[in-house]
Amino acid sequence: MRPAFSVILFTVLAGMGQGLFLMLVRADALGADPHELAVGGFASVALLGAGLACSFFHLGHPMRAWRAIAMWRTSWLSREVIVLPLTIAVVALWSLEHLLGKPHTAALAAAGVVLCLALWWCTGMIYACLRFLREWAHPLTLLNFALLGWMSGATLFAAYWSVLHGAAAARLWVVAAMVLTCAGAAARLASLARNRALRPKSTPQSAIGVAAARVRQISQGTTGGSFNTREFFHGRSAAFVANVKSIALVLAFALPLVLLAAAWVWPVPGLLPAAAAAQFVGLIAERWLFFAQANHPQNIYYQAVA
Amino acid sequence: MTQPAETLAKQLALVIDLNVCVGCHACVTSCKQWNTSGSAGPLADLNAYGAEPSGTFFNRVQTWEAGAYPAAETIHFPKSCLHCEDPPCVPVCPTGASYKRKEDGIVLVDYDRCIGCKYCAWACPYGARELDEARQVMTKCTLCVDRIYDEKLAPEDRKPACVKACPTNARLFGDVKDPESEVSKAIRERGGYALMPEWETRPANQYLPRLVRQAQEF
Amino acid sequence: MNHADPVGITQALDAGNTVKTTTCYMCACRCGIKVHVRDGEVRYIEGNPEHPLNRGVICAKGSAGIMKQVSPARLTRPLLRKPGSERGAGAFEAISWDKAYEILAERLGRIRATDPKRFALFTGRDQMQALTGLFARQFGTPNYAAHGGFCSVNMAAGMIYSIGGSFWEFGGPDLDRAKLFVMIGTAEDHHSNPLKIAISKFKRGGGRFISINPVRTGYSAIADEWIPIRPGTDGALFMALLHVLIATDRIDHAFLKRYTNAPQLVVEDDGERLGLFAFDPAAGPPGDGRNPHNKLVWDKVGGRVLAAYPAGIADGCDPALEGRYALADGTRVVPAFQLLRERVAPCTPAWAEGITGIPAARIEALAREIGTAAFEQAFELPIPWTDAWGREHPTTVGRPVAFHAMRGLAAHSNGFQTVRALAVLMSVLGTIDAPGGFRHKAPYPRHIVPNYRAFNAPEMIKPNTPLNAAPLGFPASPEELAINPDGSPIRIDHAYSWEHPLSAHGMMHNVITNAVKGDPYRLDTLMIFMANMAWNSTMNTMAVREMLNRKDADGEYAIPFLVVCDAFQSEMVAFADLVLPDTTYLERHDVMSMLDRPISEFDGPVDSVRVPVVPPAGECRPFQEVLVELASRLKFPAFTTAEGGRKFRDYPDFVVNFEAQPGVGFLMGWRGEDGATHLRGAPNPKQWEMYEKNNCVFQYHMPENMHFMRNWNRAYLDFAKEKGWRQKNDPVQLALYSDTLQSFRLAAQGKSQGRQPPVHLRERIAAYFDPLPFWYAPLEYAATDTAAYPLNAVTQRPMAMYHAWDSQNAWLRQIHSHNTLQVNPVTAKAAGVADGAWCWVESQWGRVRCIARHSEAVEPGTVWTWNAIGKASGAWQLEPGADESRKGFLLNHLISEELPLAGETSRRISNSDPVTGQAGWYDVRVRIRPAAPDEAEESHPQIAAMPDVPGVAGRGAKVLAYFAGKRK
Ligand SMILES: Nc1nc2c(c(=O)[nH]1)N[C@H]1C(S)=C(S)[C@@H](COP(=O)(O)OP(=O)(O)OC[C@H]3O[C@@H](n4cnc5c(=O)[nH]c(N)nc54)[C@H](O)[C@@H]3O)O[C@H]1N2
Ligand SMILES: Nc1nc2c(c(=O)[nH]1)N[C@H]1C(S)=C(S)[C@@H](COP(=O)(O)OP(=O)(O)OC[C@H]3O[C@@H](n4cnc5c(=O)[nH]c(N)nc54)[C@H](O)[C@@H]3O)O[C@H]1N2
Ligand code: SF4
Ligand code: SF4
Ligand code: SF4
Ligand code: SF4
Ligand code: SF4
Ligand SMILES: [Mo]
Repeated sequence: MRPAFSVILFTVLAGMGQGLFLMLVRADALGADPHELAVGGFASVALLGAGLACSFFHLGHPMRAWRAIAMWRTSWLSREVIVLPLTIAVVALWSLEHLLGKPHTAALAAAGVVLCLALWWCTGMIYACLRFLREWAHPLTLLNFALLGWMSGATLFAAYWSVLHGAAAARLWVVAAMVLTCAGAAARLASLARNRALRPKSTPQSAIGVAAARVRQISQGTTGGSFNTREFFHGRSAAFVANVKSIALVLAFALPLVLLAAAWVWPVPGLLPAAAAAQFVGLIAERWLFFAQANHPQNIYYQAVA
Repeated sequence: MTQPAETLAKQLALVIDLNVCVGCHACVTSCKQWNTSGSAGPLADLNAYGAEPSGTFFNRVQTWEAGAYPAAETIHFPKSCLHCEDPPCVPVCPTGASYKRKEDGIVLVDYDRCIGCKYCAWACPYGARELDEARQVMTKCTLCVDRIYDEKLAPEDRKPACVKACPTNARLFGDVKDPESEVSKAIRERGGYALMPEWETRPANQYLPRLVRQAQEF
Repeated sequence: MNHADPVGITQALDAGNTVKTTTCYMCACRCGIKVHVRDGEVRYIEGNPEHPLNRGVICAKGSAGIMKQVSPARLTRPLLRKPGSERGAGAFEAISWDKAYEILAERLGRIRATDPKRFALFTGRDQMQALTGLFARQFGTPNYAAHGGFCSVNMAAGMIYSIGGSFWEFGGPDLDRAKLFVMIGTAEDHHSNPLKIAISKFKRGGGRFISINPVRTGYSAIADEWIPIRPGTDGALFMALLHVLIATDRIDHAFLKRYTNAPQLVVEDDGERLGLFAFDPAAGPPGDGRNPHNKLVWDKVGGRVLAAYPAGIADGCDPALEGRYALADGTRVVPAFQLLRERVAPCTPAWAEGITGIPAARIEALAREIGTAAFEQAFELPIPWTDAWGREHPTTVGRPVAFHAMRGLAAHSNGFQTVRALAVLMSVLGTIDAPGGFRHKAPYPRHIVPNYRAFNAPEMIKPNTPLNAAPLGFPASPEELAINPDGSPIRIDHAYSWEHPLSAHGMMHNVITNAVKGDPYRLDTLMIFMANMAWNSTMNTMAVREMLNRKDADGEYAIPFLVVCDAFQSEMVAFADLVLPDTTYLERHDVMSMLDRPISEFDGPVDSVRVPVVPPAGECRPFQEVLVELASRLKFPAFTTAEGGRKFRDYPDFVVNFEAQPGVGFLMGWRGEDGATHLRGAPNPKQWEMYEKNNCVFQYHMPENMHFMRNWNRAYLDFAKEKGWRQKNDPVQLALYSDTLQSFRLAAQGKSQGRQPPVHLRERIAAYFDPLPFWYAPLEYAATDTAAYPLNAVTQRPMAMYHAWDSQNAWLRQIHSHNTLQVNPVTAKAAGVADGAWCWVESQWGRVRCIARHSEAVEPGTVWTWNAIGKASGAWQLEPGADESRKGFLLNHLISEELPLAGETSRRISNSDPVTGQAGWYDVRVRIRPAAPDEAEESHPQIAAMPDVPGVAGRGAKVLAYFAGKRK
């Protein structure tokens, strides 16, 4: 698939926002300062909102986006379109309550957590439900959207805490971020390993229904390309993809882990924000890879120009 | 998730006879001209006179080769939306712009409702949908729904434009649920098959294989 | 969810829309179409189901006609090259038609009054040669031809000189009744939609289809069997098939004896009659191809010499096909068939295998299969007919093996004899105009040789005087050549000269080169209509472009005045001094006439018309109107009344009222004052309306007894003469042995009395004017180091493009915006050329750089590409950098329009068939090598972008979203 930048940004930003919110709720339970929580909550709203804004760029008709709620019974995209604003609204309410110092309800926090999880579920299912996109059609896709989002939110929260209270005070959250980053790395590596082992189910033979041993396309029927050649091919070399993969693994997992560990040992300011920033960039590369590695069976029909 | 598809009483479809298709592309441009000024149009062309021209077409004719010289076969392979009986492109559409008609199984896009999210195209294993880059709505073969029921047309004209154009009559049109229809008979008698059966989309359009007549023995 | 289904909202037939029938001209097939127009814009073009040719179907091009109407390359105003500007620089000023006519009338008037041959009119994809030819003839110039010479004259002449008709549009395979169909060297054909309809029906009916072609595309794709063959070698295959059929006696003896010249006695004594048919002097002077009816046969029953007709075929006689005999005066004679048998004797399948690359066993099996189809699967139709000699045949015998061939045979310099070999093969099987075999279409069969004599003497060209013979014809002997007393050519293209004696369609591909060389003389004005001679219909393209601009020592252009009539800004337009903007096919009247190239069916003649469906763009005017106007201004006799006034108001008026013979005009339907007579009758002033009312087509179904065996069918022959299609009602015996060819050979050998070729051409004529078919390697090979250039390079017609003229079509160009070179993987790998890589293709004449693609569907000794996809930058109003010019390429750069004359170091001669002058497009030999990694990734050669000319509709929109009429 051709990675769509709007969708990459959307999933990375929103995922981070969701992860951040989960950490805020945990901190709330541990008795953190409501005002600090409120600021964090608004940051989460901002991330989610920015994600939402990005997602509009993916649409041919953004002005009609409201129509997308119609098919919640069948479409994960529709469900996501419903859950995302709800999540934003609940997180915003939760933040507002903390800001106003009003007695807050655990119900709102719970609702927020459920919505964040639901949002990951929806986002993941948008991809995982496409059964012939075999790189995506797997529970690991769900797990990764959730874990990577949560991980990046946790690192961000640790950084936030270190800015507020000094690096030493953030040790607990550093540990949490490290655990989540390790989990995220494990899950993502598992999906990469799975992708490597995947053998395409569709072949040129099944695509046109000819049984011969060698079946090759000579012409896709057009010489200048089409929507099908633009949307479903990343058009990059294998080396480029391999580079992106290395960048993703280093920036999303390895480097943040090193920085987190370092911050735990030497509570130097700046290490944690650096870890969060690296992870953000790494996740953009990771998401690019997520799309690029997905091999659409339609591509069999668009191989050759002559 | 997706519910098992309903089985409709009527399912219109094209059956394409690869035994006689010569790859002339008549079905490609007759489709384009019919649809561009019709209910599905206009179908835009980008770089119409420049490098890498590319436009919206509902139907493409590809060329494939099977086997090796001198036993090589050249296969012309027309492809448009297959109007799947279990169309993965429909349930994923968030707006309901993509839908399958209960009356006849035609899969359509409601252009006024489409937000151009391309999700349905992702969900089609056959690459049969094309986003119109000028209108930013998803388009695809309509099975000429605006022709085939038009009572202003003579009965013999109530057929898809591509079917009427095809010089070799390689494109048969009809109800694959009616066992007596021309298409059902062709599928039965000529071993009609579906594309990428592994995805169980149950394409309504089917293909008739090459048939090689050997020299008579002497 | 409720959807507003777009059901039944077709706007095609809404009130306010109009539907008009006319005839397509996106190619030369000429299908009937229905054009839907909405608010003045073309909404939809569909095939006309009422039309006999295409019966409702349409092709990719026809369906894209809308984009031809809106092409940004449309020329809309007459243009004059700016004084002082260079040709090709594209500096034009728009002028009025009055001015254009003034310039033309003055210039042409002057030429006509002095030396009419200095005006040349060459027309490319012309479908109205009856008018253009008439114009040239009335002008008095011999320098006229249409595209046939570079197209397929070998096919036309090779078969017409053998069986009186041909493939192309003159006849074809009877696939309704055939069981075996052998298609040779055909990619897309002139008769494309009907052939597609027929092949599909044939396959579905259980017929077996074999394709013989170095490449498997298009129709060949659906063949039951593909027999790859090395280009230029089919003659050897046919000779070997004849060898097997004759050796195994799978030939139609009765047919050969009655309907062909196989039993006729050929003189074997040396002298001026050597190799000619013996004749009975008492029955008239010696015959030539045109008057064959006093020849002799040997009656095996009576052991005596008899007149071939009718005595030889009388009951109780049995003309010998074999043996050697003597006439009463002792002259040694031999039946022509005996000579054929001897000719094919050494042509064994093993011999042919070495030449064609087809295994000998496969050739044997093919011969058996053909023989079995012809004889074991023969059938009889209950159609009685009477032959020319009065014998009644209660039934018609069907021979269900049909052949079809096109430029794969024709476009080689051995094509004439190869096509002859095929015609002879079809003849020995008895398939000529037989059910299931080859069938003629009216007005064919013609005489062998057709009764069209071209002008043949320089004295016939006189100032202000029409030629008293047609500029084009079919020579029957050296006496009919267009040569000067010294044997040099009279025509600018050297057609009908000793260089290419039977060039029945002229030699357009040599006009520019010869005119620039002044060989045989300088032209004053060259008018080109509908031909892209600066690009794809020329060989040696870059040199020809240079020649178009060449000036002599005085600074005058070697071709002083170049008039181009085109509808689009083609590559040719840049070189014009005067550009005449033509209408498109939807904007004008046209006729597909029996006087020219009608669209007849097997069972009777068909002609058709075009009528305007939309008004002309800008100031465009139909070329026909230009010719009628000029002919009137120049007071050509045929266009002027006895009182000296203008005879025809305009072209439609001309079509209705012009009579070639009394009662015979351009159109044969609805003649007579009231439109009640068909085929022949007085002019009908309402004829156009009647065509318009009847789908723009007139079809005449002849009675069943005239459907077959028309070479000898008494009823048909009488009918055809009566309707003016033929001058005589004589039967047309098939010329297995061609005494016409022998008459040229005798002249070359110095044995005959009359005209003899110049010394340097004697050997050539003697070699190639063989009265029996034979195979020889294409002439280019002798001039080539074939080890250094091991590959053959050919082109294929893409089904979705017509030559050059569809690249401006926004829809069609998306299918083929550029081409690639298709190479067998074995060949490509041996040359180190990867799939998709840039490579060089080199011939000894030139080189191109292009993208290579591996393909298993091509014979390893052949490379091919789609024809005419590559374009010069900026032509056709394509953006500079468009795929056509940056990635696309033209094979023509590799082909030379001239070859060294064999055995002569200093002389060059057209790269054409030595008999007919057919351009040898498919003879070129090439080699391939990878392009270096640091080379530009673009095709070579590149051409400086052509500037826009005034009046073009203008560079098209980046995003085109055509929607006809106002949106409801
Ligand atoms: N390498 C190679 N070269 C070949 C061939 C091949 O097989 N291989 N084939 C050869 C053959 S068979 C042929 S017939 C020639 C064809 O070659 P051309 O006869 O040159 O054919 P086109 O390129 O289509 O060009 C015809 C011209 O007609 C113009 N035209 C189109 N419509 C109209 C109209 O309505 N009115 C007027 N006035 N002009 C119009 C077009 O703009 C174009 O400039 O090419 C020959 N060249
Ligand atoms: N769509 C479309 N239709 C057209 C045209 C067009 O440009 N586009 N052009 C029209 C014109 S002007 C013409 S003349 C006709 C031509 O109609 P065709 O003759 O059918 O066209 P070509 O492409 O020249 O096909 C020649 C075929 O012969 C094969 N061939 C080459 N050399 C040999 C050989 O030595 N032996 C054998 N057996 N095969 C050989 C080539 O591989 C090719 O398949 O088409 C007409 N119809
Ligand atoms: S072919 Fe593709 S677009 Fe058409 S119904 Fe099937 S899945 Fe949907
Ligand atoms: S692009 Fe249009 S039709 Fe396709 S899923 Fe999105 S809204 Fe539905
Ligand atoms: S059925 Fe209609 S819309 Fe579909 S491919 Fe044919 S012409 Fe196009
Ligand atoms: S129109 Fe018919 S023959 Fe031509 S490509 Fe389409 S299906 Fe094949
Ligand atoms: S075959 Fe030629 S004449 Fe017939 S529809 Fe196609 S382009 Fe027109
Ligand atoms: Mo041609």
